[in-house]
Amino acid sequence: MDALVLARLQFAITTIYHFFFVPLTLGLSILVALMQTLHYTTGREVYKQMTKFWGKLFVINFAMGVVTGIVQEFQFGMNWSEFSRFVGDVFGVPLAIEALLAFFLESTFLGIWIFGWDKLSKKMHLAAIWLVAIGANISALWILIANSFMQEPVGYVIRNGRAEMDNFLALILNPNIFVQFPHVILSGFVTATFFIMGISAYHLLRKSNTEVFKRSFQMGAIIGIIAVVMLIFNGHSQAQHVAESQPMKLASSEALWETEDPASFSLFTIGSLDQTQEIFSIRIPAVLSFMAFNNWTGEVKGLNQLQAEFQSQFGPGDYVPNLVITYWSFRGMVGLGFVMLGLAVYALFISLAEMFEKPPRAIKLFLWAIPLPYLANSFGWLLTEVGRYPWLVYGLMKLEQGLSTVVAGWQVLITLLGFTLIYGALMVADIYLLTKYARQAPPPLEPGVEGQPEPTAGESLPSLVGAQN
Amino acid sequence: MLNTLWFILIAVLYIGFFVLEGFDFGVGTLLPFLSRDKDPQKVDRKRRLLINTIGPHWDGNEVWLLTAGGATFAAFPEWYATMFSGFYLALFLLLLMLIVRGVAFEFRSKDYNPRWRALWDWCIFLGSAISPVLIGVAFANILRGVPINAQGQYVGGFFNLLNPYALLAGVTTLMVFVFYGAIFISLKTAGEMVEKARATAQKLWVVVVMLLFALGIYTLIETDAISRLGINPGIVPLASIAVIVAAGYFVRKNRLGWAFSLTALGIVLALATMFMILYPNVMVSSISPANNLTIENAASTPYTLTVMTIVALIFTPIVLFYQIWSYRVFRKRLTLDSHLEY
Repeated sequence: MDALVLARLQFAITTIYHFFFVPLTLGLSILVALMQTLHYTTGREVYKQMTKFWGKLFVINFAMGVVTGIVQEFQFGMNWSEFSRFVGDVFGVPLAIEALLAFFLESTFLGIWIFGWDKLSKKMHLAAIWLVAIGANISALWILIANSFMQEPVGYVIRNGRAEMDNFLALILNPNIFVQFPHVILSGFVTATFFIMGISAYHLLRKSNTEVFKRSFQMGAIIGIIAVVMLIFNGHSQAQHVAESQPMKLASSEALWETEDPASFSLFTIGSLDQTQEIFSIRIPAVLSFMAFNNWTGEVKGLNQLQAEFQSQFGPGDYVPNLVITYWSFRGMVGLGFVMLGLAVYALFISLAEMFEKPPRAIKLFLWAIPLPYLANSFGWLLTEVGRYPWLVYGLMKLEQGLSTVVAGWQVLITLLGFTLIYGALMVADIYLLTKYARQAPPPLEPGVEGQPEPTAGESLPSLVGAQN
Repeated sequence: MLNTLWFILIAVLYIGFFVLEGFDFGVGTLLPFLSRDKDPQKVDRKRRLLINTIGPHWDGNEVWLLTAGGATFAAFPEWYATMFSGFYLALFLLLLMLIVRGVAFEFRSKDYNPRWRALWDWCIFLGSAISPVLIGVAFANILRGVPINAQGQYVGGFFNLLNPYALLAGVTTLMVFVFYGAIFISLKTAGEMVEKARATAQKLWVVVVMLLFALGIYTLIETDAISRLGINPGIVPLASIAVIVAAGYFVRKNRLGWAFSLTALGIVLALATMFMILYPNVMVSSISPANNLTIENAASTPYTLTVMTIVALIFTPIVLFYQIWSYRVFRKRLTLDSHLEY
């Protein structure tokens, strides 16, 4: 078996799988912390119910993110040991800092938060969830600093046959991090708000606990629309950054074979199987130039020109990524982004119009929309990582150079199968638990419970009949 | 100088990991044994009690291992690369164990189906019992020497790692952790569990001391610990065993705080011995001493080590502070009547 193919497949599987859980952790940690803050400041019981309900789902999801993260930390050395030798002096630094600054913080305080409800003062307990949220998001920052080095190496010199760090500040202020980190954080908010809105919509339709889910939905709608809009603008600036830093990634995400000025945006393109030419394409003139440069004119280099340039710069070889993956994952990510924008606008409309007592049937759309951010996140990473082909570290080290030399193909196959099987089984268990707990609405509060407003006249209260504490 | 400092810091991270996760591996291994009861409901309740003694802490404890791994990557990339690619399948097994164990802690009580709980309890038990064996095996091999060629690459296979010396180290690590975990349980619980755990520790003590002696002697024979002592460990190894012997005495006398502290100290001293013998190597080559990975030839640049030193000096004390605080928060003993489900 070809160890390179297997190792790449393994990295793709373990990383995409890990990142299935991470965005929800990033966004939901902050949202749960906000809910608990609202409970702390207003003293209202409904916010406590929200904190507990979403907190439980948060914890189930968090566990999966943590354990799959251990694999992330170790697999560089296992399958990519030559990469590790080559970049360890630079790349190991953000990884070690991530563990020291973020992993300790989030895992210690999550333990304190879960078990500390009746052991800490309310203030300390609130601080604990905020520290979890901060830890999780700091963790994203440092791992993205590491990834940014692979996308756009900075702050190093090549010496003694390896990359050696010569400027720590340059490493952490990598231009790429300024577009990538907001992108990941905002994706986290979108994932979490769609998760919240989807489950809330389900309960609103069943009228299980309108108070809790109305407020959750509203919170999701307001933060969701802000995040989606910001994400689209941020995505635009990220594309502009890629146009400069990795022109091949841009051209491959557009399946643009020949250099154009002004460059057209592809709506639908089919290329030949050997990836060398276009067979059929529908394009909108000049839009790609605008995406890349905020200007209706501007040259965007095509794959064929870039391939020729790279060959003269780096020697013979194939420098064109797998276009089916880059082209369609880009379309998938952006397309889903706009679908989510539409949904977020609708969610805001529902929230502003207070349509919660008799929610429109279409609110069920939000339940079905829960997977959308997950798909978009995966597409995003596929584009980012596959689009860097053939580089492990852009311009410095190619994929095959980074592979472990002492690990045989059959060994990679064993671990690939092992991780895939265990990850598959855990996914089943995880979805089972999330579904189970997502369905269990907290019991509605009796009117008059501490801090709870009395129901206003004319408001129907069918859901309060048979309420239990 | 910086290289030595980082050797020490990584040693400290591993020692931290052994001292902290040691007892929670022990508790996980004891889970099926200390929860025995005729009434299946009481079995379940006891298991929950045992898990809750480490519930708030196990994840934070495990981060010591992750940080040790990350620090090795940053400070000694060659060590990280050779060890992780060389010990490939063993590490894979360790990862699987840590994964199922970690998930099991969170998932087991979230469904009432007895088969669901039994499944995750098995994961906790196996993950807790197999991980220390694998870690012990790995460290023993680092010290004993593994086939490393002139390019600094591990050229052995999986079964090279399973020599009798390494297996003895693996079993010893596990048994020390189980002993340590039993003492921890008797400190953290109230009621019948205290005595049950204490009695278990008392029974295990003889085995643990014998294993430690055997491992000590085997280390003198199997490694060239005497001929190329990096730092002469002096009385440290003997002190380590003496301290564990004394811990057994305090278990008998029912002075469990002392027993726990001394066991922790014994673990610190045992690992310190290992790192002292190892120094200045980080991995010993069984092919030729010239191929040893050392704190010099496996290291990052002085610049990188300086940056990492500054980061470590600022943040390690902060981490220690809040982790110690977290143990204070949950210092109260747990009983079967405590609020256990969260």
